[in-house]
Amino acid sequence: MLKPGRHLVLGNVACAEGAIRAGCRFFAGYPITPASEISHHLAMELPKVGGVFLQMEDEIASIASVVGASWAGAKAMTATSGPGFDLMQENIGYAHMTETPLVVVNVQRSGPSTGQSTEPSQQDIYQAKYGAHGDYEVIALSPWSVQEMFELTVRAFNLAESYRTPVMLMSDGLIGHIEEKLVVPEEVQVVDRRKPSSRDATPWGTDDPSLVPEMPIFGMGHELLVTGSTHRPDGVRNFSPEYHQAIVYRIRDKILNAEAKIRDLHTEHLDDARVVVLSYGASARPSYEAVVRAREKGIKTGLCRLKTVWPFPEEFLSGLAERVEAFIVVEMNMGKLVREVERVVCGRAKVHSLSKVGGVLPPSREILEAIRRESR
Amino acid sequence: MKSLFYYRDRYVRSQPSAFCPGCGGGIILNCFVRALDDLGIDKDRVLAVSGIGCSAWIPSPNFKGDTLHTTHGRAIAFATGAKAFNPDLVTVVFTGDGDGAGIGGNHLIHAARRNIDLKVILVNNMSYAMTGGQIAPTTLHGETTVTSPYGNPEFPLDITQLVRAAGATYVAKWSTYHVVELTNAIKEALTHKGFSFIEVLSQCPTQQRRIFNLRGPLDSLPPRILEMFGESTFIRGRPDRDQYVYAVPKGDIQAALKAATRLGEAKVVDHMAFGQVVKVMGDPEALKPGLMGLPSVRYVADKYEGKIELGLFEKKSRPEFTESLREIIRRAQGVEA
Repeated sequence: MLKPGRHLVLGNVACAEGAIRAGCRFFAGYPITPASEISHHLAMELPKVGGVFLQMEDEIASIASVVGASWAGAKAMTATSGPGFDLMQENIGYAHMTETPLVVVNVQRSGPSTGQSTEPSQQDIYQAKYGAHGDYEVIALSPWSVQEMFELTVRAFNLAESYRTPVMLMSDGLIGHIEEKLVVPEEVQVVDRRKPSSRDATPWGTDDPSLVPEMPIFGMGHELLVTGSTHRPDGVRNFSPEYHQAIVYRIRDKILNAEAKIRDLHTEHLDDARVVVLSYGASARPSYEAVVRAREKGIKTGLCRLKTVWPFPEEFLSGLAERVEAFIVVEMNMGKLVREVERVVCGRAKVHSLSKVGGVLPPSREILEAIRRESR
Repeated sequence: MKSLFYYRDRYVRSQPSAFCPGCGGGIILNCFVRALDDLGIDKDRVLAVSGIGCSAWIPSPNFKGDTLHTTHGRAIAFATGAKAFNPDLVTVVFTGDGDGAGIGGNHLIHAARRNIDLKVILVNNMSYAMTGGQIAPTTLHGETTVTSPYGNPEFPLDITQLVRAAGATYVAKWSTYHVVELTNAIKEALTHKGFSFIEVLSQCPTQQRRIFNLRGPLDSLPPRILEMFGESTFIRGRPDRDQYVYAVPKGDIQAALKAATRLGEAKVVDHMAFGQVVKVMGDPEALKPGLMGLPSVRYVADKYEGKIELGLFEKKSRPEFTESLREIIRRAQGVEA
């Protein structure tokens, strides 16, 4: 484990370090580029803190064992990339339905299929939200630096524990594979799941305004009935519309009601901006550069970088749309999150998509040109 | 001798049963809770994990302890995570032939290879029963199901041999006909350290009626299928001392029975490999020429022909996975073992 202080490390190593600091004591994964270094580092470091590292037979088994470990009381994580993320979707849906806290790291690579397996992308941003069948609401974070690989991994665990839900850390092959400065803090703030107040606690129902039920774990005499089938607050399978609606609306609302608390934005110069560059993850790096250059030229532009992509900061952006002229949405895909921006802006400002596929970052000069064009 | 109420009140959640009448699931639950009780295992330490299918409903919601009812085929992988993190959990997996050997076959192989201390009870009803009786990887060649209306073109997988070859350290195979042996096997598995696997042939009156072409009223089927399991299996290391052959009829079974009765003590039985046959007692060498000459008999089968082997297939010792994981932690922390 890295000592507090400054280090030069790989993004994936920073993620692994953040996980251990957040209390992660169980990791299961399957080798895949460009996520493997997270496994390598945790295989070395987790046993030192008494944690369990497993290399499973595939990604399906990896996420499954993470769910099992979480119910056995572990803070647990898996890490993968596109093809593995595909395979995990069914059990991610299971984790939503059973309200299992866990962290899934997706170091995104360029697809579809094997695609450019070593190149970065942000093509899975909707898969993070809609990957499994059924309705649910997801929390997804997007780091833009090695430092944030550490910080957002810690936050991912804290959010997972706070809201009893799977949290997606949507990194990419660029952030995972660059070496940058990492400052490891002396102390890390860690949140733990709410433990049951009594043996009669209902693990899937609560009167608490957070809508997050207490979570018993295996082996404590709770006679737990964990099931992916529609269930009553006590866990007993029941397919009635009432029970189904109660659980899926609560699973949705516990996230949506807390959107303002989960929201995490990095903004620059939004006060007087007429053109807003909206981006997330690696593609926010050239976006930031373009905004800085445009400002140097006196152009009234600003940056809105989503560190939390899901739940989408709808309220915030809607407010912004009232007073700006245009949004330029920069991402490494064929233009995905731009649709969400269009939906929220709803014609009140222009929305321009600037996206790149092929494993390349949208160049800052193109973003700068777009800023110029939109601010004319 | 404890009453059924004792086991029910202690180990079974009071639910209306979701099983079809005559299902084998209840027998297996019964054997399981008796094994737990006989060994005095605290049920609060037991975690029962299951996947999707009828087998999954044996523990969930019936078993009054911790249960994890997971996705199709993945129960062993979920169980691996719970057991690896908390090795004190007595982790028992209930799976089916489709769940455990079809969609989840890969996890079964790798858990056996790791020798992780999971107790896997694989309930084999030779079909995908919950979804309507489709062909499973265990359905016999030629059998009729809703997805093999002209006969199954595939051959079944010998799951027990597969798991044994993959490295399981306890392997047994029984049927719901063999309740005493099954209960004892579950007790052996519960006390064994390492990957323990028990395949249980189980009756499904709802689907096996079609698969085995069984005619007659529905409530006559459960005992008939159980008898068929007894008839169509033999036990490793326990020789069958009776002498007999099976006469497979050509057309009407009653004609074959009538003709065979003249040659020896004969009765009609159900056989998994041959359907309804006439079991004729006596010296096979003496019986065969006469039976083969009968116009009502198509074929004469030896007593072991087409039968399924049951019993204990493996019991050995090798380092257990969660212990190896603990050893790794000690090594990483620089603690001498």
